[in-house]
Amino acid sequence: MSILKTENVVMQFGGVVAVDSLNIEVNEGEIVALIGPNGAGKTTAFNCITGVYIPTSGRVLFEDQNITGKSPDKITKLGIARTFQNIRLFKDLTVMENVLIAKHLHVNYNFLSATLRLPKALYGERQMKNECEELLERLGLTAVKNEISSSLPYGMQRHLEIARALATNPKLLLLDEPAAGMNPHETDELTAFIKTVKDDYHLTVFMIEHHMDLVMEISDRIYVLDFGQTIAKGTPDEIQNNDRVIQAYLGVQEDA
Amino acid sequence: MTMATFMQQLTNGISLGSLYALIAIGYTMVYGILRLINFAHGDIVMMAAYFAFFGIAVFHIPWYITFLAVVLLTALLGIVVERTAYRTLRDAPRTSILISAIGVSFLLENLATYLFSGIPKAFPEFKFMTTPFSVGGVLIQPLVVVVPVVTILLLFVLLFIINKTRLGMAMRAVSKDYETARLMGIEINGVISATFGIGSGLAAVGALMWGMKYSSIQPLMGVMPGLKCFIAAVIGGIGNIKGAVLGGFILGLAEILLVAFLPSLTGYRDAIAFIILIIILLFRPMGILGEKQTDKV
Repeated sequence: MSILKTENVVMQFGGVVAVDSLNIEVNEGEIVALIGPNGAGKTTAFNCITGVYIPTSGRVLFEDQNITGKSPDKITKLGIARTFQNIRLFKDLTVMENVLIAKHLHVNYNFLSATLRLPKALYGERQMKNECEELLERLGLTAVKNEISSSLPYGMQRHLEIARALATNPKLLLLDEPAAGMNPHETDELTAFIKTVKDDYHLTVFMIEHHMDLVMEISDRIYVLDFGQTIAKGTPDEIQNNDRVIQAYLGVQEDA
Repeated sequence: MTMATFMQQLTNGISLGSLYALIAIGYTMVYGILRLINFAHGDIVMMAAYFAFFGIAVFHIPWYITFLAVVLLTALLGIVVERTAYRTLRDAPRTSILISAIGVSFLLENLATYLFSGIPKAFPEFKFMTTPFSVGGVLIQPLVVVVPVVTILLLFVLLFIINKTRLGMAMRAVSKDYETARLMGIEINGVISATFGIGSGLAAVGALMWGMKYSSIQPLMGVMPGLKCFIAAVIGGIGNIKGAVLGGFILGLAEILLVAFLPSLTGYRDAIAFIILIIILLFRPMGILGEKQTDKV
C-alpha cells in the first residue's frame, strides 16, 4: 500500500522549474532513495512534501489523504518527520530539550494545567520524559543528554537529528543526506542504524543520499532526479545499469 | 547630598527602572520570536492605562477586578494587533511588517485621541500606595517598593514559563529556528499569540503602576516610555529577557541619578537614554547580555 504519493508535483521559483512533474510512490515499510546531482531538486521535493513549500501545481498524498498546501506542523502531526541536509538542531538547547520539543505535541494536556502543575500534567510530563530517555538510550545519546546540542561531535548531531525526528512519532521518515560529511566507517554504521531504526519503529524511509554504497545497500527502490526531471526509477540493480543515470550522475566507476 | 537623599533617589531610580523593565520585556520577547520591533508596544501601554481609568473612574468597578480585567484586555489587544497587522505580513519583507507596526502605533494614538480626547485624564488615586512612610529618615511611597517587587516576581514567573514549561520550550525553539520548529510539529501561530499576550499583559502591569505613579494619562503617554523601553531592550541585548530587565534598571537609575546629582541638567533627562544607547552601540552593538548574531544559512 502506498503511504506517500506525489502526483505531477511542480515547483517553480520565478522562471526556474526546480521540480517538474514529480511522480513518486513510496510503499509502507519500504526504504526508497532519491538520488541525483546537486541542484537536481531533491531537497525541493522534500520541502514540497513537508509543507515548507507549497507546490506550484500537483498533489501530495499521505496515506491517501491530500496534504498539499497543509502547514508543516499539521503534516508533522499526521506522521511525516524529517532531518536536514545541513544539521538544524536547536543549537543552544540541550540534547534532551531538542527531543522534548519534538515530543511535546503528542501530550494532551494544556498550557494552564502544565503551568499549575496539575497531576495530569505532571504525569504527562514524566511520561514524556521517560519516552525521550528511552529514545536517547536507543540512539546511544544518554551519556550526553544534558549537553548543549551544538557541542556534540558531528556524527552524534546527525543521530540526534534522527532522534528528534523519531520523537514526533512518525510513520514516514524523510532523511536528507543523513551520511553527508561522514567517513566510510561512519557511513557503514549509519546504514546499519537506519535499518534497525526502521524495523524497531515500524517506519517507512524516504531518503536523499549521495553515498552510493549506502543507497545501493539499503534501498528497495530508487528514484533519480536531474534538473527537476525524474530520469529513472527502479531497483538498485536496474539503476546501476541504467545508461541515462550513469551519464547524468553515477559516471564511470572512479567518480562514485 | 546626604545619605538619606541618596537612598531616596536610589529607590526612585530602581522603581522607575522596574517600570521600564516590565515594558522592555515585551519588546524583547517579540523581537526574539519574530525579529520585529513592535513599535505599537508603547501605545499598548497607553491603552492599558485608559482601560484602568474607565474601569475605576467611569464604571466604578473595584480596583482588583479592574486590574485583572486590564491585564487580560491588554493581552487580548496585543494578540489582536498581531493577528490583524502582523500575521498577514509574516512572509512579506521585514520592512513591511515594521511599517505596519508604526501604522498600528499611529492608529492607537489617534484612536485614543479621538475617543478619549487629548485632554489628560486623572488616573484614579490609590492612597495606600502613595501615602509615604518613613524609613530612617527616608520618605518612601509604598508604590516605590511595590513596583520593583512586582517586577521581580513577574520576572521569575516569566523565566519559569520560558525555561520549564512546554510553551516556553516551544517559544525558545521558534526563536532559534522558526522553520525547523514548525517541522517538529510546533504550531507557531499559537506560540506567537502567546508571546504577544504575555508581553502585552506585562506592559499592562507596567501601565497600572505608571498611572499610579504619575497620576495623569493622555493619548501620547506611551511614546516616550515606549522609546526608552525599546532602548532598554537594546542596551541589555535585544531578544534576551534578563537583558531587557537589566537595561530597564540601568536607564531608570541613570535618569533619576542624573537629575539628583546634576540638577542643572534636568532638562536632559530624556536625552540620557539616547546617550547611553549611542555609547552601547559603539562599544557593544549586541547589547550587554546579547549574543553575537550569526546569519542563518
